[in-house]
Amino acid sequence: MDVAVSIRNAVKRYGATTALAGVSLDITNNAFFTLLGPSGCGKTTLLRMIAGFEAASEGEILLFGQNIVDLEPHLRPVNTVFQNYALFPHMSVIDNVAFGLRMKGVEIAARRAKAGRMLELVHLSALADRLPSQLSGGQQQRVALARALAPEPKVLLLDEPLSALDLKLRQAMRVELKQLQEETGITFLFVTHDQDEALAMSDRIAVMSQGLVQQVGTARDIYEVPVNRFVAEFIGETNLIDVEVTRVSDGMADLVLPSGQRLRCSSAATATGRHALSIRPERVTVTPDGQLTATVERVVYMGSDLRLLTRLEGGREFTVRIQNAARTAVPEPGARIGLKLEEGAARLLAD
Amino acid sequence: MAGLPRDEAGTAASYASLARPLLLPTWLIIGVFLLLPVLLMVVYSFLTKEFRGGVEWTFTLAAYEQFFVTRGLFGDEPPSIEWTYIIIFWRSIWQAALATLLCLVIGFPTAWFIATRPPQSRGIWLFLITIPYWVNLLIRTVSLRFILRDNGPLNDALIVTGLIDAPLPILNSDVAVQIGLFYSYLPFMVLPIYAAVERFEFALSEAAADLYANRWQVMLHVVLPAVRPGILAGTILVFIPALGAFLAPDLLGGAKAFMIGSLIDEQFRGSQGNWPFGAAISVILMTLVLIALFIQARAASRGAS
Amino acid sequence: MKGVRHYPGFLAITLVCLAVLYVPLLVVAVYSFNASTSITKWGGFSLRWYVDVFTGPEAERFGLATWNSLTIALIAASIATAVAMSAALAMIRGGRFRGRGASYALINLPLMVPEMVVAVATLIFFTTIGLTTGYLTIVLAHITFCIPFAYLPIAARLSGIEDSYEQAARDLYATRWQAFRLVLLPLLGPGLMSGWLLAFIISLDDFIITNFVKGAGMETLPTAIFGSVKQGIKPNIMAISSLMLLVSILFVSLSYIINRRGRRAAP
Repeated sequence: MDVAVSIRNAVKRYGATTALAGVSLDITNNAFFTLLGPSGCGKTTLLRMIAGFEAASEGEILLFGQNIVDLEPHLRPVNTVFQNYALFPHMSVIDNVAFGLRMKGVEIAARRAKAGRMLELVHLSALADRLPSQLSGGQQQRVALARALAPEPKVLLLDEPLSALDLKLRQAMRVELKQLQEETGITFLFVTHDQDEALAMSDRIAVMSQGLVQQVGTARDIYEVPVNRFVAEFIGETNLIDVEVTRVSDGMADLVLPSGQRLRCSSAATATGRHALSIRPERVTVTPDGQLTATVERVVYMGSDLRLLTRLEGGREFTVRIQNAARTAVPEPGARIGLKLEEGAARLLAD
Repeated sequence: MAGLPRDEAGTAASYASLARPLLLPTWLIIGVFLLLPVLLMVVYSFLTKEFRGGVEWTFTLAAYEQFFVTRGLFGDEPPSIEWTYIIIFWRSIWQAALATLLCLVIGFPTAWFIATRPPQSRGIWLFLITIPYWVNLLIRTVSLRFILRDNGPLNDALIVTGLIDAPLPILNSDVAVQIGLFYSYLPFMVLPIYAAVERFEFALSEAAADLYANRWQVMLHVVLPAVRPGILAGTILVFIPALGAFLAPDLLGGAKAFMIGSLIDEQFRGSQGNWPFGAAISVILMTLVLIALFIQARAASRGAS
Repeated sequence: MKGVRHYPGFLAITLVCLAVLYVPLLVVAVYSFNASTSITKWGGFSLRWYVDVFTGPEAERFGLATWNSLTIALIAASIATAVAMSAALAMIRGGRFRGRGASYALINLPLMVPEMVVAVATLIFFTTIGLTTGYLTIVLAHITFCIPFAYLPIAARLSGIEDSYEQAARDLYATRWQAFRLVLLPLLGPGLMSGWLLAFIISLDDFIITNFVKGAGMETLPTAIFGSVKQGIKPNIMAISSLMLLVSILFVSLSYIINRRGRRAAP
């Protein structure tokens, strides 16, 4: 498989603070790749470095094998969809979309035709002569997409483009973005802090924190086999309990639960000793013969499911999610219950 | 280095590499035609006066001595303090201070009233206040001179209404100058206070009112501390130009109401002029302005901390 | 209870404030239509002093002074606007650099120094370097003190334009110059226009500095009016003043409308 963007040991420092502490990543061609992380993790800095808006303090950025770190932004064959769209307010929609082609020297008839096709692609042909200020937020978003796609960039960079939209529109756009990526075959590099967005659209996700990539993988990888505490806690909801590991080999570990029961599970840790065990709340069932015993403290009604806030023997809090089905027997607060881990529910973390 | 960098604070820095060349014209023009002349003026104030308005490049403290010290009409008496110029400065300072106070008394309620109008009509009110500010100050002062004359519209109106029997001699007095200063610089007070009140968070007033403060307690304890920067800015914008004003004292004041501006002007007129002395008075005026700016900066930073 | 925004008496004071500001302007306008030759007596409505402005004995003197004032204001405002735009780009888009604080102080220096001091310093400077005072020295002085007035609206406008527009242009293959010309300059337009208009009025209005650096025989409209007024206010002064009043109001209204339009068009 072709590598579209290859980032090698990228470092970005602003004076004394380090925004990127040495990031290396390979982004496959024709993929929908997402940089996911909390604000300040360095994801936007990395995106802006690829676009050419930030100079790298160290490292290389290769675009299809060519090092682009010394190129001015207008010489890089990548285009950006900005968080606030940055549509030129003094130009009509069609002029906005045709701008990149105009700068590349495409003659007027050809660029208007191309821009018209791009507007068709995002279903906005009827609004071609409007000004950006006359469009709704969702429509502006589509114009920004069309504008960035029109010059057929080798990579499309998207900087939290959905964050300004309301929830309904955001969910609809997720599907549309993914479709657009598949139709155009262009590599999308998407930056977001919203894990639902990342999980719903991405072929691969890089989870970032504190200027470093914590884990790269598919949505299923990062949710089900997180490598460390940060990833496990940042993606979805999880219970972390301290366990004693007695043996590790071939990515599997033998460990002792606080209840004294033994368990064998997949492991990111490579050494014995005390480690954190991650257990997702929905991968646990309430049964009398569980591996763990807990006391129910509170039952929270969530609509489609119920959340049991319990306390394990030894004092740790533990959340269990059960489906709100007619046949579910809901334990009362104060009840002592047994918890059974499903096959593959537990994951031993590295740190 | 590639890219459109941002600085540490994350502010836009797309023209960082061009910043100095872009500022070059400003430095050339203001630097050469104002900063350098001001410095030269300071040097001039230490030069020796020549007849017919010129100078001799010999350094002396004569100009400053002339300002502060007198040796009698023929220069043969023991030195004593020269009060003439100090009195003119003193008059200028209190005239400017009084004008500032009057502007504040009228300007604050006006600024408040405009800033609390609904947004649509606010623009119109503000526009009405700004128009006189952009009308030629000379014309406005000439109009005042016309109005305040012994047989001008004001005295006519007062006589017609029976308030007075004979015209009030307002023109060519300190009162006329005060009216002129107040009138000239009133918009300077309204605009910065307006800007501060417009930014004021009225929920704070509501919170104070909710906690049993009456209208005037709210004003004193919540509003005034918040809009203080606007008031300080307005104060300085009125006080400084009023201190060095020329048109109002010259056209409305006459000889009795002489202020710094006229005194300086006199030193550069014809062969009676004394350029080093004019430069020295200017230097003293600038020192007063710097002191006023310094006090304002101190007050502003104290309010901010 | 009328809410925390209402204070009794503030409306009355505002009306007093407006009356104080407008009465002198109205008096000038009204008396410019006075038919009487005597300035003090009202002799009925007439346009004779407006006719006098253009055909009377002083018409040529005031005509020349007007021409000087307008051309000086045109040159000074245009150059000051260009210089101020360049400075605003450096100050608002230049990030942090050594000398930024000093530059900021320098741009505002003409506002800090009392006009009378500027006048004295400028006269001394031109005399010392041997430049004959006249049209050129007026223009140079006017450019200098117009810069901060042009700078204020331009800088305000520029800091309101997010830098992502220029980045989007650069991202879409525009060179730095193209990004400036095709994106930033059009967006900056209203700021440049109001800056230019303000500088123009400021230049047109200046009396004190012009009076010092104009030299003998050279007159602008304010210095010509001042010279006449010193010999007593004659009715034709009222007519000239009213015309200047009209021009000022037109310019401010124009600047106001341009600013409002600009604010509506750009986010």
